[in-house]
Order: sequence, then structure tokens, then C-alpha cells
Amino acid sequence: MSMKFQTRQVDGVTILDLSGRITLGEGSVTLRDAVRDVLTKGSNKILLNLGDVNYIDSSGIGELVSAYTSVKGAGGEMKLLNLTKKVHDLLQITKLYTVFDVKDDEAAAIAAF
Amino acid sequence: MADSTTSRVSFTLSSSLDTVRTLEQTAESWARQAGFDDDTVGNIAMSVREATVNAVMHGNRYEAGLSVTASFELTPQALIVKLADQGPGLDVDSVPDPLAPENILRGSGRGIFLIRAFMDEVNFRQLHPGTEVTLVKHRNPA
Repeated sequence: MSMKFQTRQVDGVTILDLSGRITLGEGSVTLRDAVRDVLTKGSNKILLNLGDVNYIDSSGIGELVSAYTSVKGAGGEMKLLNLTKKVHDLLQITKLYTVFDVKDDEAAAIAAF
Repeated sequence: MADSTTSRVSFTLSSSLDTVRTLEQTAESWARQAGFDDDTVGNIAMSVREATVNAVMHGNRYEAGLSVTASFELTPQALIVKLADQGPGLDVDSVPDPLAPENILRGSGRGIFLIRAFMDEVNFRQLHPGTEVTLVKHRNPA
């Protein structure tokens, strides 16, 4: 299953609820376009809800990093919410867990922006 | 009863994303057949996926005239996967360390690192032209 997403606005934060796979050819471009679209519309507080992302490869990890640097470059902030064990483990292995601001509670994540 | 048989299958496939998915699924099937636990099955499948992406994208650069060959071999001791492309060759030593502070925010370059993290043995061989990578996962780690 390729990646799908829905967008919500809560207290000035744009939440992208992602589901499926973020991999080369199956979601990494979708994620890139989604984040770019949010930035283009003038929002730079982005919360990526990865609770339904069941698979991510190195391309997907790279896309998360690129999204993070794009948002930072736009003067904004991007946080990650609800990591699955698989994604959590991959971010630990690649030492990115401490780069990203990772939350497991949506309200707390929004309050932290 | 100990399994003393060896199974082997090989493929020659196009340089496409379909090949990536096909070999990922084949790896998952063979890893399950080998009796690995769910996490290890997922890690083996991801390793084969990453190695195939390297072959298709970085090795053969999606060129239609170049193919990817793959073999899966299950012995009593290990699952052995070999993948080869027909590209200009990969200098593995030149791949930057993705954990180095100056590379941590790069948008690419983590595939080989993940393969090494998940497999027991990873060996690269230059074929002139092309690169062959051999991935080994032991069935009964010492």
C-alpha cells in the first residue's frame, strides 16, 4: 500500500496524518509534495503523525530529514508524532531520534510549538 | 529433525521499481521459510530492498538495457542473497558515514548502513562492469 495522508489544522499547527509506506516510489515523493504544499500555503508549524505508517525505508528516512530541513529553512518547526516500533527503531539506529522532536501525545505536541 | 537440504532460486530482472518490490517480497518469503522471527524477516526484506534500490537506481540508473540478477539460497546454516547490477561499479569505501555529524541531516546515503546493521555478513565484489553484493543471515547465530 502506498502512502496516503490527510491534513488538519489545530491551534495554528498543520497536522499531516500519514498512513501506509514511505518508501522510494511509494510515498517519499508524496510526503515531499505534501510538506512543500503546507509551506507554500504559509504554515510552517508541521506535525507529522506517523501512527499509521507501518513501513519506511532509507529513502523515506531521507525524505523525513529533507522535510525537517525544509521546514527549518522556512523558519518553521516540524515534529513527529506516534512513531510505530519499526520507525522508532530505524530512527534510533540512524541516530535521528534525537534530531527530531518526537512526541506521543497530540495535545502535548501541539502545545510544544 | 535437522534440515540438511539446500534450496536455491535465481532471477534476472529489469532495472525498475517493480524489481525492487519483487525481490523485497521474495526475501520476505524466503526469510519466513528459513524460520526467522517477524522482526528479522522484516529486516532481511528491508536489506534486500535497499540493496536492490542500489542496483537499480545507483548501479544501472534505471537503464532499460541493463538487468539485475538475484539469487536466494537457503542452507542449513544461513540465508544467502546475492544481487548484481551491470553499472559502472560502486566504491563502497567512498560512501560517507551517515552517522557522522556532518552527514546526519543528509537526505540520502543510509541504505548500505542499514544493510550492514541488519545482516550478519555483507560483502561487495566488483564485476567489471557491475557490483555484486552478498548478504548473509545466519539461521542459528553463535
